Amino acid sequence: MAEKLVVIGAGMASGRMLEELFATAPGAHEVTLFGAEPRGNYNRIMLSPVLSGEKTYDEIVTHDAAWYAANGVTCRFGEPVTGIDRARRVVVSATGETPYDRLVIATGSAPFIIPVPGHALPGVLTYRDLDDTEAMIAAAAKPGARAVVIGGGLLGLEAAAGLRLRGMEVTVLHLMPHLMERQLDPAAGYLLQKELETRGIRIHTRANTHEIVGRERVEAVRLDDGTEYPADIVVMAVGIRPDTGLAKAAGLACGRGLHVDDRMITSDGSILAVGECVEHRGQCYGLVAPLYEMAKVAAKTLAGEPAEYAGSVTSTKLKVTGVDLFSAGDFAEGDDREEIVFRDPARGVYKRLVIRDQRIIGAVMYGDTADGAWFFGLLKDAADIAEMRDTLIFGPAYAGGAPLDPMAAVAALPDEAEICGCNGVCKSTITEAIAGGAGSLDAVRAGTRASASCGSCTGLVEQLLAASLGDAYAAPAARPVCGCTDLTHEDVRRLIKARALKSMPAVMQECGWRTSCGCHVCRPALNYYLLADWPLDYADDPQSRFVNERNHANIQKDGTYSVVPRMWGGITTPGELRAIADAAEKFAVPTVKVTGGQRIDLLGVAKEDLPAIWADLNAAGLVSGHAYAKGLRTVKTCVGTDHCRFGTQDSTGLGVAIEKRMWGAWTPHKVKMAVSGCPRNCAEATCKDVGVICVDSGFEVGVAGAAGMDLRETEPLGKTATAAEAIELIVAFVQLYREQAKYLDRPYKWVAKVGLDWVREQVVDDLENRRALVARFDLSQRVFQKDPWAERATPETEARWRPLADLTLEAAE
Amino acid sequence: MSGWIDIGALADIPVRGARVIRTPAGCVAVFRTAGDEVFALDDRCPHRGGPLSEGIVHGRSVTCPLHNRVFAFETGAAERPEEGRVATYPARIEGGRVLIDAAHLARRTAA
Ligand code: SRM
Ligand SMILES: Cc1cc2nc3c(=O)[nH]c(=O)nc-3n(C[C@H](O)[C@H](O)[C@H](O)COP(=O)(O)OP(=O)(O)OC[C@H]3O[C@@H](n4cnc5c(N)ncnc54)[C@H](O)[C@@H]3O)c2cc1C
Ligand code: SF4
Ligand code: FES
Repeated sequence: MAEKLVVIGAGMASGRMLEELFATAPGAHEVTLFGAEPRGNYNRIMLSPVLSGEKTYDEIVTHDAAWYAANGVTCRFGEPVTGIDRARRVVVSATGETPYDRLVIATGSAPFIIPVPGHALPGVLTYRDLDDTEAMIAAAAKPGARAVVIGGGLLGLEAAAGLRLRGMEVTVLHLMPHLMERQLDPAAGYLLQKELETRGIRIHTRANTHEIVGRERVEAVRLDDGTEYPADIVVMAVGIRPDTGLAKAAGLACGRGLHVDDRMITSDGSILAVGECVEHRGQCYGLVAPLYEMAKVAAKTLAGEPAEYAGSVTSTKLKVTGVDLFSAGDFAEGDDREEIVFRDPARGVYKRLVIRDQRIIGAVMYGDTADGAWFFGLLKDAADIAEMRDTLIFGPAYAGGAPLDPMAAVAALPDEAEICGCNGVCKSTITEAIAGGAGSLDAVRAGTRASASCGSCTGLVEQLLAASLGDAYAAPAARPVCGCTDLTHEDVRRLIKARALKSMPAVMQECGWRTSCGCHVCRPALNYYLLADWPLDYADDPQSRFVNERNHANIQKDGTYSVVPRMWGGITTPGELRAIADAAEKFAVPTVKVTGGQRIDLLGVAKEDLPAIWADLNAAGLVSGHAYAKGLRTVKTCVGTDHCRFGTQDSTGLGVAIEKRMWGAWTPHKVKMAVSGCPRNCAEATCKDVGVICVDSGFEVGVAGAAGMDLRETEPLGKTATAAEAIELIVAFVQLYREQAKYLDRPYKWVAKVGLDWVREQVVDDLENRRALVARFDLSQRVFQKDPWAERATPETEARWRPLADLTLEAAE
Repeated sequence: MSGWIDIGALADIPVRGARVIRTPAGCVAVFRTAGDEVFALDDRCPHRGGPLSEGIVHGRSVTCPLHNRVFAFETGAAERPEEGRVATYPARIEGGRVLIDAAHLARRTAA
């Protein structure tokens, strides 16, 4: 019979332990997992990117409902364990008692709160879990809000950087003379402080907090020297304490943490413990790498296999985008130690190795941490560095002689070199996985866990892939937007929203563009994202648009333009046709063609003539057909109930109504629609971005069809009884596409990425969300639904559309 | 024709944009960069004649609107790996006006 295993704490250590356990002894345990947080296991260390807006919570979930179900784990999230009765082998929680054969305590640690006056005021936060993170994000949403972060260690600085990126005014108070004093020496601490200050974070070192001031809630923080910093929130990040409350109450042996032996067993043989709550050989840990090692050992112990944990050497990286620092080991000065220092002030680079008996015992690097993994390997192996001492500081590339490029440096790493610090994955594990068929970053992650936690080794893993596979390595699917940045379209869209970036310079600055004003690839994309996300704040930039959208006509191969007026749903009148005929004659249009989109194209118009031909067409009530736009193109219709003996609904009327509601909207790529009056589908609605088929009982709305370079049939989005509801559904779908898709992805490409199910959840099932999407679309239309021809059929545009000067006459003189 | 000719106000050329001037030997595109420099190049892409004046201007280059070749303003050369070059003409700004070197334009006409 399966052993009853109860686990207290759904954190990083227990999640990893369960994975190891199910892999080692599948089906041997019937697991109940208690978590005080109302959610399952997630990657806690990635809360910082969530705070800064670089990731979403969904992206950091490590185990989802499907995983628990597949492994038969009974989840009791949001239900803290309040007691352990060791004699009866039960744990106590709100719903009663749960019996165990064996118990694992993985309660992590609790943030330490300095007991100054005012520490209990609303607005004093800690930084430990998602709720804390969300509280900070909420506080940052208030314009002009101020945060004081107490504690200039890893957590405090990640909190400060995230809050700053969200637009808060941030002050960091640090007791010691320099930041991160446990991981950095003063020189690196200084460089770090300088860097954070240039990002607009105020840093006050040697700051002794006297009192948190406030009546109803936090108002300010006062220091011993009387300095006062106003604050809307105070984030306490002064340290953590192993959470041993339960263990102590149950009479388990505890020191600073809960005592365990090398097999992770506590003073009670049927109780194990892993994670930050543990004290092992006098040592408590606050980073994930040791916890993962503990998790592995605990899983083996539970499975009845021999395993021993011998303690860990840890290294630290700060996860603040653009700040490169690395530290490991012991770097205090001492008589028995020597040091090697390298500085490049111009680049802000600082590297220091501390050496004892020809072995590296500590390393601190700032500004250029590429060799961190190599030094850390030498440190952990206690390798003798006497031979390479002279060039040691220049890293592995130099160790053999001439400097090499980064690819060669990675190739030169020894097999045992640790690549992923979080998961303790060494180079050979990765190269073996690659040789075994893992040809992508995701495959390596899945197979080895390398780069699956904090992600700072992703670059190294990619270099290994490239070095091992050569040309066969198709660089990761997530391609950067262009050569100006390493960020993907998705990253950029998220950052624009999360950091409320409302202008092109803001995006380029905050996202670290490498070029001064972008290029023809990124600028149109950014221009679109900005106007889609901030219709009221952002001013469209014509110079960031392709020629067609700038000139509101399609450029032809000979530099002339084509002009396509709108014909709502393909319906026209003798008057309109006459106006088109007149314009064609007046401007000597060489070709008049019926398009594939049920309207008429006037091809071969000179640029200078555009404003005048627009004026003539406008006078007859014709407006731009946006045949050139990444926007709504045509809504094709069939004759429907008006004339057709098979028509079931007014397909023409619906097509016209949709086109009238949606024309002028800019979208990531062009959007074409059609409405057919019955399933005979004469409007070809089943190969459009959005297509409606009318049936007796209502309207079948399909999406994500295509009939260009790819041929796709639409997939059903939903069915509605009324035309009005069909329109709402379509508007919501298009708005979701406008907000989410990558520039130049047609709806079918975007839907393939996010999944139609998700789209349905957003626009079909969630009515409130549907309404909100429609409201946002309508708001945007208030700004953008204007005929661009009418706006430009003016003498002023005519002048701008003509040459600046005509020198042909002068030359003739 | 000699010396510098005034072809118009700087303000009439959009920032990161261009205007054309008509000459007996075809159009010349006059570009204005984000940093308010001006450059004059033939308005005909050596690939298939695309009007460079309608391209997107970035840094000191323009991308042809027809098939995306990129040309450097200083040299008129296409960015590698593409080949080809367009003629460039001296242009400068004086008191808010854009001037172009007529001698060079004349030489072009003669050629
Ligand atoms: C005029 C027209 C052809 C015609 O004479 O009928 C046309 C002309 C062009 N199409 Fe089209 N397409 C026209 C209907 C279509 C259709 C049929 C339809 O809309 O029912 C399709 C297939 C349906 C679809 O889009 O899924 C179509 C698929 C494309 C594609 C491929 C899109 C794709 O995602 O695969 C392109 C290329 C692109 O957009 O990147 C394209 C691009 C073009 C461009 C804009 C090429 C360019 O960038 O210069 C052509 C502009 C010519 C001009 O100056 O007017 N055209 N094009 C049609 C205008 C319809 C209208 O009234 O607005
Ligand atoms: C913002 C942030 C950034 C970090 N960045 C890094 C980093 O870059 N690198 C790194 O190595 N480490 C980092 N850490 C540290 C790392 O997250 C921890 O070392 C790790 O999460 C500890 O794992 P754990 O399972 O021991 O504890 P936790 O992950 O904290 O899990 C313990 C869980 O137990 C629950 N619990 C407690 N008591 C009970 C109870 N009585 N009943 C039920 N459930 C209970 C808690 O609610 C919690 O969910 C970071 C931590 C934070 C907060
Ligand atoms: S199919 Fe479309 S893009 Fe191709 S030549 Fe015809 S009009 Fe141009
Ligand atoms: S005409 Fe310029 S790139 Fe083709």
